[in-house]
Amino acid sequence: MSFDVASLRRQFPILARSVNGTVLHYLDNGASAQTPNAVLDAVRTYETTARANVLRGVHALAEAATEAYENARADVARFLGVADDEVIFTGGCTASINLVAQSYGSLLKPGDEIVSSVLEHHSNIVPWYQLAQRAGLKLRPLPVTDDGRIDVSALPSVVNDRTRLISVAHVSNVTGAVADVAAVVAAARAVGAKVMLDGAQRAPHGPVDLPALGVDFYAFAGHKAYGPNGIGVLWGRKALLEAMPPFMGGGSMIGSVTFEHITWAPPPRRFEAGTPPIGPAIGLGAACRWMMDLDWTAVGSHEMGLTQRLMDGLADVKSARLIGPSGLQGRLPVVSFVLDNVHPHDTAQILDSFGVAVRAGHHCAQPLMDRFDVAGTTRACIAPYNDNSDVDALLAGVREAVRRFA
Amino acid sequence: MSDVLYHDRIVALAKSRAGAGRLTAPTASARRDNPLCGDRVTMDVRLDEQGHMTELGHEVRGCALCQASAVALAARAQGRAKSDLDALRREIEAVLSGTADGEGDFAAFAPVRAYRSRHDCVILPFEALKAALNGG
Repeated sequence: MSFDVASLRRQFPILARSVNGTVLHYLDNGASAQTPNAVLDAVRTYETTARANVLRGVHALAEAATEAYENARADVARFLGVADDEVIFTGGCTASINLVAQSYGSLLKPGDEIVSSVLEHHSNIVPWYQLAQRAGLKLRPLPVTDDGRIDVSALPSVVNDRTRLISVAHVSNVTGAVADVAAVVAAARAVGAKVMLDGAQRAPHGPVDLPALGVDFYAFAGHKAYGPNGIGVLWGRKALLEAMPPFMGGGSMIGSVTFEHITWAPPPRRFEAGTPPIGPAIGLGAACRWMMDLDWTAVGSHEMGLTQRLMDGLADVKSARLIGPSGLQGRLPVVSFVLDNVHPHDTAQILDSFGVAVRAGHHCAQPLMDRFDVAGTTRACIAPYNDNSDVDALLAGVREAVRRFA
Repeated sequence: MSDVLYHDRIVALAKSRAGAGRLTAPTASARRDNPLCGDRVTMDVRLDEQGHMTELGHEVRGCALCQASAVALAARAQGRAKSDLDALRREIEAVLSGTADGEGDFAAFAPVRAYRSRHDCVILPFEALKAALNGG
C-alpha cells in the first residue's frame, strides 16, 4: 500500500500556514507534534456538547463527559495493548515519571539503587536524583556508545542485587536510538528489579506492544503524539499500581474520608486526584485512534525514507557531524547533528528563515552533551506528515548556515 | 529574517574574537551558564587600584550573538570604572527593548529586539562580568 502524504497533510490545518514568507517545514516534532482534525474535532465536540466534570455528576452532560473520558482511556489502553484500568492520565510524561518516583519510590529503602542512562532527558534523571537525595538511594547511569545508544554491555557492571528499578528512554530524544529493551528487562529480571520506559519519543511512531516489551511502567506525552498539551499517560502493571500509595491527595482518589481515617480508591483513580484534564484526555484518545488507523508499515517506511534522505544530505556537508546512529537500524526519525564553527542556535535561526522549524540546544540532555563534548545539537524529528520538501528545505538552510558562519 | 539578525557587523564581531581568551592573572573571574540553552560565558577582568577595568578576557561557548556581545562588551568596558558596568547593562537592555539606539557596536544588536528568545544570548556576557566584579 502506497502512502499518500499529501492527503495526510490535509488533515493538519496548521501545515497550510506560511512562516517568514515561505512554506512551513515543521521538523520540531520531537518537542511538540502537530494535531490533526480528528483530535481538534474530538476536543471541540467535548467542549461544545459535553463540557462538564467527570465521574460524580448524574446530569446528561456529566454522563457524556464521563463516557468520553473513559472511552479515551480505553483508546490509550488499546494503543498500548494493555488493560483500561492500568492506564493513568497525568499532566504529561514528566508528571508520569515523577508519579512513579514519588509513589513507587516511597516503597524503596536506603541503599536501594535506581539505574538510568547517560542519554536520558532530564525528566528521567532529575526525579530519580531527587528521590535518591530524599531517601538515601543510589542513582547509577548506564553509559552511552559512540553511536548514541545505551550501552547494554555495561548492564552486568551497573545492575546488581540492590537495583530496584531501571528507567530508560525507549527512544533517545537526541540520537533517535531505540533502546535494547529485551537486554534491559533481562538484566532487571535477573535481580528482581522493575523496568520503566520513557516512551515520549516512541509513542508518536505508532502503537506500542507493551506485553511484548515486558516492562513494568511506561510513560508518554500527549502533545508529542499528535494530541493536546497538558495530558500524559502512565501505564503500570496492575499489581504494582495496587501496591503503590497515592502521591497527590484530593477529590476522586479516595475510598472514604473521615478525619480519623482515609482509604484510597483503586487504580487508576487513586492517581488522578482532582478534576483531570478532561478535554486533553479526550483529544489524546482521538490521537491514539488516529494513529491506530494508519498503516504503520507504510508510514514507517515513509518516515525512514525521509530520515535516509536527511542523513545522506548531511553527509554531503563537510562540516556536519551526526550525533547518533549513522544507519537506519535500531533508530527512529530523530536526527541530531552539529556543524563545525556554527552554534546550533544560529543554525536553527537560519533554518527558521527558510521556514524550517527545528530544535537546537542541549535538548534537556546535558549529560549526553557532555558525553559527546558538544554544547548542543540541532535536531530534526520527522513525523508522518513530513515530505521531501521539508528535508530539502532543511538541507538548503544548513548549507546557508555553513556559508554564513563556518 | 536571519539576514536582518545576522547582519555583517554582528557576524564580523563574532568572528573577530577580539579579546577572546582567558587572562593569565585576572583580578576577578566568573562563569555564567544559560540553563535553557547550555551557553556558557567566562569573563576575566583585571582592575587597577582605582577600580578601572584595565583588561578583559572572555571565553564563550555560545552562539554568534553571545560571542558578538562578549566582544562588544569587552571593547566598551576596557578602561572604564567597574561602576560603569551598570550603565553599559542599561544601555544594551535599552537597545534590546527598542528605547535607545546604543553607541558604537551596541547599536549592532538592535535587530535582536524582535527575537525575544535571543535576548538572553546578548545579556549573558554582561551577567558574567557583573558576577566577576561582585566576587564570582
